[in-house]
Amino acid sequence: MSAAATLRSYAALGSARLRAMLQYRAVALAALATQVFWGLLRLMILDGFYGSAPDASDFSSRHYVSYIWLGQALFGLFPLSVDPLAAERIQSGTVAYELLRPLDLYANWGISAIGWRIGRTVFRAAPLVLFAMVLLPLFGRPEWALGPPADAAAALGFAAAILLAVLTGAAITLIGQAIMLWTLSSAGWNALVPGVAWVCSGMVVPLPYLPEWAQVLLELLPFAGLIDTPFRIYSGHLAGATAVQALVVQAAWVIVLVAVGHRMLALGLRKVVIQGG
Amino acid sequence: MDGRRRSAAASEATKELRFPGPLRMAFRYAAASLRSRMQYRSSFLMEALGHVMAAVTELVGIAALFGRFGSIRGWTLSEVALFYGVVHVVFAAAEGVGRGFDSLESHVKNGTFDRILLRPRPTLLQVLGAALAPETVGRLLLAGAVLAWALAALDGGPEVADIALLLWAFAGGVAAFLALLMLSAALSFWTTETMLIFAIVTKGGLETTQYPIAVFHRALRYLFLFLVPIGTVTYFPVVRVLGRPDPLGAPAGTAWLAPLAGFAFLLLVAGVWKLGVRHYTSTGS
Repeated sequence: MSAAATLRSYAALGSARLRAMLQYRAVALAALATQVFWGLLRLMILDGFYGSAPDASDFSSRHYVSYIWLGQALFGLFPLSVDPLAAERIQSGTVAYELLRPLDLYANWGISAIGWRIGRTVFRAAPLVLFAMVLLPLFGRPEWALGPPADAAAALGFAAAILLAVLTGAAITLIGQAIMLWTLSSAGWNALVPGVAWVCSGMVVPLPYLPEWAQVLLELLPFAGLIDTPFRIYSGHLAGATAVQALVVQAAWVIVLVAVGHRMLALGLRKVVIQGG
Repeated sequence: MDGRRRSAAASEATKELRFPGPLRMAFRYAAASLRSRMQYRSSFLMEALGHVMAAVTELVGIAALFGRFGSIRGWTLSEVALFYGVVHVVFAAAEGVGRGFDSLESHVKNGTFDRILLRPRPTLLQVLGAALAPETVGRLLLAGAVLAWALAALDGGPEVADIALLLWAFAGGVAAFLALLMLSAALSFWTTETMLIFAIVTKGGLETTQYPIAVFHRALRYLFLFLVPIGTVTYFPVVRVLGRPDPLGAPAGTAWLAPLAGFAFLLLVAGVWKLGVRHYTSTGS
């Protein structure tokens, strides 16, 4: 296939997917309403706490406003439950087709996991950012509006951190998928891992508001890299050497998680039995 | 099976046909549903554990915020715990009874609501009984523990009048939340595109009313005090039990009157349900 033809087919695929997604306008609108509602609710709760004792933390309203809106806009990037499509393939045995392809299964799964995340985030993030950046000030609530990154370095650091965050999330999910080769069910993983990861990543409460000892511990775990690191770099709460340090921790965890997942997948495949048919 | 036992079974069956009390039917449905859930015991336990973990996670988050800031607009942890306990016990109970409403949408879409209409039993009972949700027991226990702690932390412990008021608020609260779940289901007789919005109101209402509603922006207060009264039924009684002045400035009698709003809401929604059943057109099969 010529390069132009390849490009054309990708463009066709992309626009088909876009049109399919636009069919569900009511659903998209309701999803936006949900994100906006939860964002505003969490803002009001943190306003209530922070307003009662502004001296209790240096993580001020400017910081948590962007933390919350980025979380609402980008949460589609961080599903830690097993990709339902992959789970279905493992249960039904059609994973055999993927094994037949001359591709590394881990890379294959990884790319599809990342594609899934980006696809489901783009359409949700754009309208929400529009709302939080542009409409909220127009509605007379500039103090709740999502501002731009603190400075150019913060923007750059945020871009790097969010990339590492997506890789971390995908690598965690792939470990869950590899475990499925033994358990055949994703119920246990889906019941336990996402909940723990949510609280350890800062999705429930921004990590700077936890007790100091918990912060020290959580900043060493991989979960902080999902939410806390990129969002704090964005608002400038993490800057300079501490930001670089956080990025290094993120990158180190990506390497470890990929290595563990790759090894587990190899072990799991050694014992996989595909039923004929 | 010998003849006598068969005839005994037959007479048992006719007896049931003759005395089909709705309460007994409800228990039958519930038992059948529980049995079917327990066929997959480990996945059932995992799911229940997941629910409890999610609730504990959220509690840890709230406790951390209090640890850092001391109060939310002057309300302390033990005061908010009373709101949290009451609202979550109410919600767990209402969800335990009303989970069956979730399945109505698919009944309407697939036309299987026909079957429900054919049986000589109330439609409401059949929809409800089909899926009594046992994992809410875990959440109920957790919320109950928070509630007990909050009551023990009250100055001089709770008085009899406080307990009576809380029970009354509990009844009104279950009515209000059930009405909300039922309204969301009943609207699927007309359209199936409203479910997500109702998820916001239900889950969002739970999240909002677990804090004293006075801490929120006007718009949110009006939504859950006047439009959907799930805030009304619990907020005013709990403020009264806490024995502190109401920042919203409601008159003294409000605490005892407020739970009535839940029953009024339920009555209204029961009317909508009846209209919906009349409006139902089968999709065929």
